[in-house]
Amino acid sequence: MSGPHIDWAALSPLIALAAGSIVVLLVGLLRPRFARESLVPLLAFVAFAASLGLVAWQWDDNASIIAGALRVDELSLGLTGLVAIAGMLTVLLSWRGDAPRESAHGEYYAMLLASAAGMAALVQAQNLVSLFLAFELLSIPLYVLCATELRRAPSLESGLKYLVVGSVGSATLLYGLALVYGATGATDFGEISDALGEGSMVGDPLLLTGLALSIVGLAFKASVAPFHQWTPDVYEGAPTAITAFMATATKAAALGVIIRFLDVALIPAEPDWSPVLAVLATVTIVVGNVGAIGQTSIKRILAWSGVAQAGYMLAGVVVASQLGIRAVAFYLAVYLVMNVAAFAVVVARARETGLGDSIESVSGIGATKPLLAWPLTISMLGLAGIPGTAGFIGKFALIDASVSGDFAWLGVVIVLGSAVSLAYYLRVVAAVWMREAPRAVPALAGGSGDVAAEDLPRSGPRPAGWEVTFVAVLCALATIALGVVPGPVFDLAADAGSALTGLF
Amino acid sequence: MLSILIWLPLAVALLAALLPRALAPRFAALGTLGALGLAIYLIADYSAGSGMQHAVDEIWISELGMHYKLGIDGLNLFLVGLTTLAFAAAAVWASFREWDRPRLFYFHLLLGETAVLGAFLTQDLALFVVFFDLMLIPFYFLTGQWGGENRVPATMKMVIYTFVGSLLMLAGAVATGVLAAGDGQTLSFAFSDLQERTLGEGTQQWIFLLFAAAFLVKMPAFPLHGWMPDAYKAMPIEVVAVFSAVLSKVAAYGFLRIVLPIFPDASAHFQDLMLVIGLASILYGSVMAFTTTHARLIVGYSSVAQLGFITLGVFALDPQGAQGAVLQMVNHGLVTVPLFLIIGLLAVRSGGSEDIRDMGGIAFRAPVLASLFLIVALATLAMPGSGNFVGEFMILLGVFETKTVFACIGFTGVALAAVYMLRAFIRMMHNRVGPKVESREVSLRAGLVLVPLVAAILLFAVYPQLALERQEASVVTVVETAQEVAR
Repeated sequence: MSGPHIDWAALSPLIALAAGSIVVLLVGLLRPRFARESLVPLLAFVAFAASLGLVAWQWDDNASIIAGALRVDELSLGLTGLVAIAGMLTVLLSWRGDAPRESAHGEYYAMLLASAAGMAALVQAQNLVSLFLAFELLSIPLYVLCATELRRAPSLESGLKYLVVGSVGSATLLYGLALVYGATGATDFGEISDALGEGSMVGDPLLLTGLALSIVGLAFKASVAPFHQWTPDVYEGAPTAITAFMATATKAAALGVIIRFLDVALIPAEPDWSPVLAVLATVTIVVGNVGAIGQTSIKRILAWSGVAQAGYMLAGVVVASQLGIRAVAFYLAVYLVMNVAAFAVVVARARETGLGDSIESVSGIGATKPLLAWPLTISMLGLAGIPGTAGFIGKFALIDASVSGDFAWLGVVIVLGSAVSLAYYLRVVAAVWMREAPRAVPALAGGSGDVAAEDLPRSGPRPAGWEVTFVAVLCALATIALGVVPGPVFDLAADAGSALTGLF
Repeated sequence: MLSILIWLPLAVALLAALLPRALAPRFAALGTLGALGLAIYLIADYSAGSGMQHAVDEIWISELGMHYKLGIDGLNLFLVGLTTLAFAAAAVWASFREWDRPRLFYFHLLLGETAVLGAFLTQDLALFVVFFDLMLIPFYFLTGQWGGENRVPATMKMVIYTFVGSLLMLAGAVATGVLAAGDGQTLSFAFSDLQERTLGEGTQQWIFLLFAAAFLVKMPAFPLHGWMPDAYKAMPIEVVAVFSAVLSKVAAYGFLRIVLPIFPDASAHFQDLMLVIGLASILYGSVMAFTTTHARLIVGYSSVAQLGFITLGVFALDPQGAQGAVLQMVNHGLVTVPLFLIIGLLAVRSGGSEDIRDMGGIAFRAPVLASLFLIVALATLAMPGSGNFVGEFMILLGVFETKTVFACIGFTGVALAAVYMLRAFIRMMHNRVGPKVESREVSLRAGLVLVPLVAAILLFAVYPQLALERQEASVVTVVETAQEVAR
């Protein structure tokens, strides 16, 4: 018996990540300091860049590979590209950070690449088995990565919490997938869709239960309320670079798989899931925005805002149209640059002040650090959806999709959520421009400042590093550029949307 | 041409950011004067009654149907003039003072000008929303960074209040575009397309409410004015002058440009509601302006009342009322800027207090300042012979023809305006000399800003036809449909 035919070219973006992971792990074993501290991050960066390049090379490809286990099309390629970009930025943010040094450089970057490979596989998966395998490949390295600041208790707590909650999510998903298989007798997305299309399965309890459990499992990963409770704690505890990676790349992967699973495999059951998902989106928007008010840690604010943003994007999934997918794909791209800009500033200020990630750490930087103040401001305004930034165009597209899909009320929910979100985004902006820099010693700072106080000797004030500022400024410029000239990226998103030909 | 006008302030602002600190203020002020010159050229060049002029139409984002579409007609011609005049006055006035971080200050001020001009000139609903939302951001920073007491809470309150409205309008705008595009039609947000593609009446009604929320908050109209007192008190005086003179007009303009032509059925349906809001604003604003002792709030509440009048004029759904409303927008802007600037001067003379109880007797050694103030005050209370009188008269005439009862109540507003404005003038300029008051004549450079503004007021007083003739055709077009429905 011979194995299935493998289209190596189509698989290449995924291979670049997986191979990069192994190479980085091996190079990390070398003795010289230079190899571990500079060569390893460089190789990791190159692997991500190579993957991005291969995505561009394969762009027009449209094929099912490895006996239908994976699907390579504009949607999966586009999201793989996003993951690769997020990976490159994360490498830059991690380069001179504490986490790789404490946990060993090789392992840290290898795990990052492995997780990214899992994400790439997840967005390509079009079979229940490959879906679950990819899901676990994504998750397990991330559990470890969250705990890589070994000498900081909150980091360990974050890893453990993510492991426990994530495992519950995975188990739920697996159960759900098994039930879907039981109901339809197929693991391939296309066959599931065919089986459902026959119409004999309307209201089948086995199918509905499977559907519900798998949505719950995926919702855990995308931090959709009410399955989001882990998000703030895990985001806050994890090393900031990893938080940035989780917030952007994981979200892209999770939404990508939700889109493919629902809009390809389960599209005949759309009347069953779309109202449920609409309610989930609404709850998520409300919970995320309300939760973010009153937080004092920027990472927690971003975590809650990430929950809310997941809700906005879910609105694009609800409508199950090419317009919706286009809007989600575009929003994921702009969400990536806006969020990374903010996280880069958090990294920089945490290094410079030793105040951790509390709002205090950015107070008054408008007067002293314009290269950090502007990116943070633009990022916050972008996330709030102010015109002139990419966030506005993203929200516009999402509202456009929901109104076109007869979910006009969901569009109103999105804008009301955005209105609430101003209360916390502008609090950060106000701290940047309208407050004095804190003069208090770091140990007196409240909230997560205490965290920094525990181990001051280690993370005392030091320069932020040019690469962190560079990431912040680059992402801020991209936020503005995508807000003024969204055309090119919008075209790519439109390609991604039209990749799923089963939709109107 | 119009693109140059819109982007000139922003370009100047960016250049000014690169200049040395000492030069930036003058350069920024020059830039606003340049924009004013362009606007004057546009007014001189305008030929009445020939539709959109200097039109620009480029595709911005084709997938979303967004166009970069600009045009000028009788409706926005003088509002553009007013905007450039107000910003030029504010920028020149501001350049007399030392600012902390001046380049940033002028950057925000000029970004504000770009956004306001964009909102007035755009002929595409999506682009309008972009500029409408954008124009708040610089004022958020201007208030929050350079404002007075309690500036941060005040600016937050202002932004959240107005953004709830703006975002609702965003949803309404998208819904309008999407729902109006029928089968096979491409998505478009151009005003001209939306006017042709009529929406169902039920759809019009819920979208109307979203737009009304945005505009009424921005005006501000009673009972959505909650953000106004704190924000006005906290803003630097130059900023509050342009904010009150110009930004509120964008909202009133939005009713005329967008709501009436695109949602005619809903406008007729909600006519009474809007008239009641207008009347309530007039009465509430007048009473508050009469009772408060804070000089800025007197002007602020009088703006509430004036915008109540403008709302009346717009929702009279009658060409005459609308004509009056447009004229009144310009007039009100013209008086608000000098009023606030004069309050700034008086505050300097009364030991820094803006409370009218601490002022008094300032006219004593300052006859020129007193005369300038008197002219402005008389224009504000719509003294016969002033342009404001013509505006209010036409508004009330328009309302009288359609809704007589509302007009009768509206007339009391005219009388109340006389009461609060004269009270303010007398308490500030005459009466017993305040404890810390030091009467002093207006300085030459301050005079150079005030005199042109007063001259503009006088120009519209003696020759309101200048505006009326040019705007007539455009105003009739926007009111037409709604007027037919209402009959």
